[in-house]
Amino acid sequence: MIRFSNKPAAARFAPLLALGFLATPLAMADVGSRLWATGGVTTIEGSAGGGLVPWALLGSYASDEEWGSTVALSRAEVDDYTLSVAGAGWNWNNRIEITVARQTLDLDSLVFTLKNGFGLEQDELNQDIFGVKVRLAGDALYSPWGQWSAGVQHKRQRDFTVPQAIGARDDSGTDVYFSGSKVFFAAVLGRNLLVNATVRGTRANQGGLLGFGGDLNNGYEFMAEAGAGVFINRQWLIGAEYRQKPDNLSFAREDDWWDVFVAWVPDRRLAVTAAFVNLGDIATLKDQQGVYLSLQGSF
Amino acid sequence: MPKTYISVLMITAGLLLSGCQSLHKEPDNNLYLQLGERTGIASVVEDLLYLIVDDERINEQFKGMDVAQFHRNLTDQLCELSGGPCEYSGRKMRELHAAMGITDTQFNALAENLILAMEKNHVPTAAQNRLIKQLLPLYPDIRHL
Repeated sequence: MIRFSNKPAAARFAPLLALGFLATPLAMADVGSRLWATGGVTTIEGSAGGGLVPWALLGSYASDEEWGSTVALSRAEVDDYTLSVAGAGWNWNNRIEITVARQTLDLDSLVFTLKNGFGLEQDELNQDIFGVKVRLAGDALYSPWGQWSAGVQHKRQRDFTVPQAIGARDDSGTDVYFSGSKVFFAAVLGRNLLVNATVRGTRANQGGLLGFGGDLNNGYEFMAEAGAGVFINRQWLIGAEYRQKPDNLSFAREDDWWDVFVAWVPDRRLAVTAAFVNLGDIATLKDQQGVYLSLQGSF
Repeated sequence: MPKTYISVLMITAGLLLSGCQSLHKEPDNNLYLQLGERTGIASVVEDLLYLIVDDERINEQFKGMDVAQFHRNLTDQLCELSGGPCEYSGRKMRELHAAMGITDTQFNALAENLILAMEKNHVPTAAQNRLIKQLLPLYPDIRHL
């Protein structure tokens, strides 16, 4: 199948715009009570956080007597791949967060490698992710020691042919993570500083899109992830994230990920995130960099 | 690293540290000035009261209070916390909130209204953040944790 990688950007981001309009009518309902932008945004795996890293913050604005929901559409366009994510989340009493996400990775130029090298006809990979995150203790804003959460992300490959051909052992896997987040008020030139650290136990190759486990390593390994951002004011957050990755497959080296982002939260109902992402080498294709755009509606 | 650099670094660090210490001796009233002194703070608290009255999440908690006294006490408290020449004369925060059963939802609602009141009075973002930082130690008292 021929893929039109030069589709106008407007057309590619059209679903995101549609979500923006969808989110507007929901504006009438009460959105939760937590302060603006303290629900983070929706990560590529559905959990609340930044773009690539889950944070200890729970999604939506539900406080301790409320519940809240989020829907999000995201898209990362790097040199040789396009990742699209649709996600939804539910938060009960700012205690437990339940999320679902579907990732679609358009293989773009890898299609030829797969056809010539493996005789495989596949132009995309799909994965479903079911997440649960529990706030164990603290509040990111008000507790001196910050907020601490633990979560799981159960991931299921929908097309295992390609991951299996390149050496992945399993078509599903469960990441577990422990995360701490803290907002330091008036920390940088009077601006508020948000800091997050996450440790993840995982067997996933490229987040699971290339399956789980491999010939180099088949067991759980701990990975360090981090993010930090500065609130220019209560509507604008700029920051960066880093995510360490395992390297389980001899087929191709896997690199760590990082991004720099800007998030705009005009009010509680809408969050727009734009980022420059660097995903390193992915399945033999070198140095994958590009843009990330995400729209989130909260209600 | 040559020894001269090290000694220059140490002297600089020493000067910086002693500078910080001498700053602490004089009361720092920058925040108080940024908030517009007691008049500015009184205006923020007045707008905060209007927002509270309209806020279904928390207005029940304020039923039957002496509005003038609340306004005076909170103004004095914010004035004192921001480094101004006032003294809070109200009851201790923990004792005051003991029987109220304040939830996180209600605490967040009040924080939101305070920020909106400061925005209405054109308090700069940095000053808003500094005031909230001064208020953070009150969280466990108000929530009775």
